[in-house]
Amino acid sequence: MSDPPGQPVEELDQNAGRDAPPSGPSGWGELRAQLQEWRAAVDGALPPWWPRAMAVIAIAFAIVLPFFFSLDSDFMNATIIAVAYAVMSLGLNIVVGFAGLLDLGYVAFYALGAYSLGWFGSDFFFKAHIHVLVSKVASTLPGIHLNFILILIAAALICALAGMLIGLPTLRLRGDYIAIVTLAFGEIIAVVAVNGQSVQLGGGMTLTAGNLGISAVDSPYFPGVGMFNELNLRPWYWLILGVMLFVLFVNLRLRDSRLGRAWIALREDEVAAVSMGIPLVRTKLMAYSMGAAFGGMAGAFFGTYFTVVNADQFQFGFSIFILSMVIIGGLGSIWGAVAGGLLLGYINYYLIPHVLNTLPSKFGLNFQLTEIEFGIYGFLLVMMMILRPQGLIPERRRRLELTAKVGVAQSERELAEPSAYDTTGVNE
Amino acid sequence: MEAGSLSPTTPAVRASPLAALRRYLGRWGLIAALAALPIYYGIRDLTHGYQAGFVAGHPVIHHDLTQLGFNFAVGLSNGAIWALIAIGYTLVYGIIELINFAHGDVFMIGSFTAVGLWGTLGLGFATGTAGLIGGLLGTLVLTMVVCGVLNVLIERVAYRPLRSAPKLAALITAVGFSFILQNVGLLWRGGSPQSVNDLIGQGKTVFHIFGVPIARGYLLALGVMIPLVFLLSRFISSTRMGRAMRATAQDPEAARLMGINVNQTISLTFLLGGMLAGAAGLIYALYETNIWYFQGFKAGLIAFTAAVMGGIGNVRGAVLGGLIIGVIQALADSRMGPQWTEAVVFGFLIMIMVLRPRGLLGEETREAG
Repeated sequence: MSDPPGQPVEELDQNAGRDAPPSGPSGWGELRAQLQEWRAAVDGALPPWWPRAMAVIAIAFAIVLPFFFSLDSDFMNATIIAVAYAVMSLGLNIVVGFAGLLDLGYVAFYALGAYSLGWFGSDFFFKAHIHVLVSKVASTLPGIHLNFILILIAAALICALAGMLIGLPTLRLRGDYIAIVTLAFGEIIAVVAVNGQSVQLGGGMTLTAGNLGISAVDSPYFPGVGMFNELNLRPWYWLILGVMLFVLFVNLRLRDSRLGRAWIALREDEVAAVSMGIPLVRTKLMAYSMGAAFGGMAGAFFGTYFTVVNADQFQFGFSIFILSMVIIGGLGSIWGAVAGGLLLGYINYYLIPHVLNTLPSKFGLNFQLTEIEFGIYGFLLVMMMILRPQGLIPERRRRLELTAKVGVAQSERELAEPSAYDTTGVNE
Repeated sequence: MEAGSLSPTTPAVRASPLAALRRYLGRWGLIAALAALPIYYGIRDLTHGYQAGFVAGHPVIHHDLTQLGFNFAVGLSNGAIWALIAIGYTLVYGIIELINFAHGDVFMIGSFTAVGLWGTLGLGFATGTAGLIGGLLGTLVLTMVVCGVLNVLIERVAYRPLRSAPKLAALITAVGFSFILQNVGLLWRGGSPQSVNDLIGQGKTVFHIFGVPIARGYLLALGVMIPLVFLLSRFISSTRMGRAMRATAQDPEAARLMGINVNQTISLTFLLGGMLAGAAGLIYALYETNIWYFQGFKAGLIAFTAAVMGGIGNVRGAVLGGLIIGVIQALADSRMGPQWTEAVVFGFLIMIMVLRPRGLLGEETREAG
């Protein structure tokens, strides 16, 4: 929490007491400077392999986590959902964080991912009889039944394609206008999901099952791994953890790749990036399709985990929920996206229900409980943005920008960091 | 596509036929797309006819434009409500470039406040005409004040501290406030739509124009919207504060240097937007005769579409966009079925963005190049 205040100095007249620059006379500023000093000292004292060791420890801890809880505990349920949210948040972070394309229709990819599962992992298309690597029970049922890994790939491909389609009309646009187009696409997909019952595909089969939902979807099946059911959440957890680690790895590699740098360059200055030879159309469409693919994978997982693909899950609020994760974590920051996804997942599925359950039920009736959750959550969003608009774990590059904007060397460590912003150090 | 995006700030004046086609599409494409629906259904009504009702078990087929006129009447009066909300979006976006997601929910609070005030004032079916008119006018003023002040408070609490933060941060607080207001509405009147007293008898036909029945509700919606919009545009164009608003929208920094109190001007903008949303809330309650905590969300999206269609930042554009969206909705409702209306409206939104991102009356902006 020792980062410099996220606001340029000249705008701080409104709240000078709270966010004073470190050099100011206020006690907060001194405390902040002291904390930064300590943190720099600690960072300097740690060996260079420390971050990697921390990552290994964190992964090992994540793998053994279920053994500390019972097979079907509420906490594990919340963890599974939170990890799946982290996957979505990582996907959206590519679009919004890396490429700077504000996407307000991310729910479309949740919907398409979930429907990929509904189409390819249930008896919904009952006229077809296709079975690939599924359990003995599923291979006797009508419909298309693919192995969950194949469904994940299918969901990723379908969503990547849809992401490109959504990206096409936005190529000429910027900023909020992109947000409007993506929002509209998200809403259209949601409407089609609800009304898909009336879209006939022939043979009595429809496109979606609307608000009735495609139920009785297959559970994932892997030979040698335990049963996936609601009484034993551990296999589910390991499955989604594996997906999350895969997506995390891809994200980390992408960020430093040629493509990732092209995204960031486009985000920072489109005209300059294009004149430097970055192919605008391909780079933007890649961002949309990559981000969409990860969203689709998480969507397919949600489909099988909730055992139903229901059209009323695909609300605009969901897009905002995922976007909040990315922004609360820190726009463009991979670890921030993971942290934001986990945090909001836990708040929504564990913390708030838990706290509200222990509180005296002075809020009234039971059916209002979830809606009150949303209000509290809105309040948290507002507070979070006002107190720390740069996010929990800001991206390193953005932190540097903020420092450079203030024009004061907030922290020796950041200026000493080797980066494209060497000029800042020279000027100082 | 590629060629145009290379120089998004300068108008592409090139000799290539593709660019010429695009310019042509940009000028006429949207208008053609908007005209397509009414023209198609008008011709269809004339050639194929439509079913006007049953006489002795047999469908009566008419071959005229009355049904289209009816769609337009419904659409324009609905559109008047969207227009009032859309002005709030367009003013706020024009001045601080924020999609104020909480605005639709301010409109919802307006409906709830109006209905609550009727109860307090004792307006009901038993009230006489004079009492009813006086009561409703009083309710209108009070609702507008409540919503305006609410909007100003939201700006003060949630947006002003973030004025210099990344733009997305303010967007997220707007969404947060939208959730909070929805919850307030939920706790206030419960989770399901509530019907309210049809105080003015909104469905009663007042007169006919070319066989199209004009109901009281239509007259109410347009009768409240037109004077308010007139007053607003007078205010913006010819008062000192209105000029300050325009200057701030153009360049806040320069406006500040010229001695304009930017914060106060932004508050004023939110006040005006909130007041119009409050008026829209009252009309909505009278016209639709039911209110719901979630009404503001959908209305907000539709009104925002309207603001974009008209050209964001442009008050006349917002009104035009609202009316057009209302007509599109009415056409889709009656011809394709209400379940597809939303998809049609958003389809048009995407078409606008592709064909003419600056909207019907909008200026060319930096973002919609």
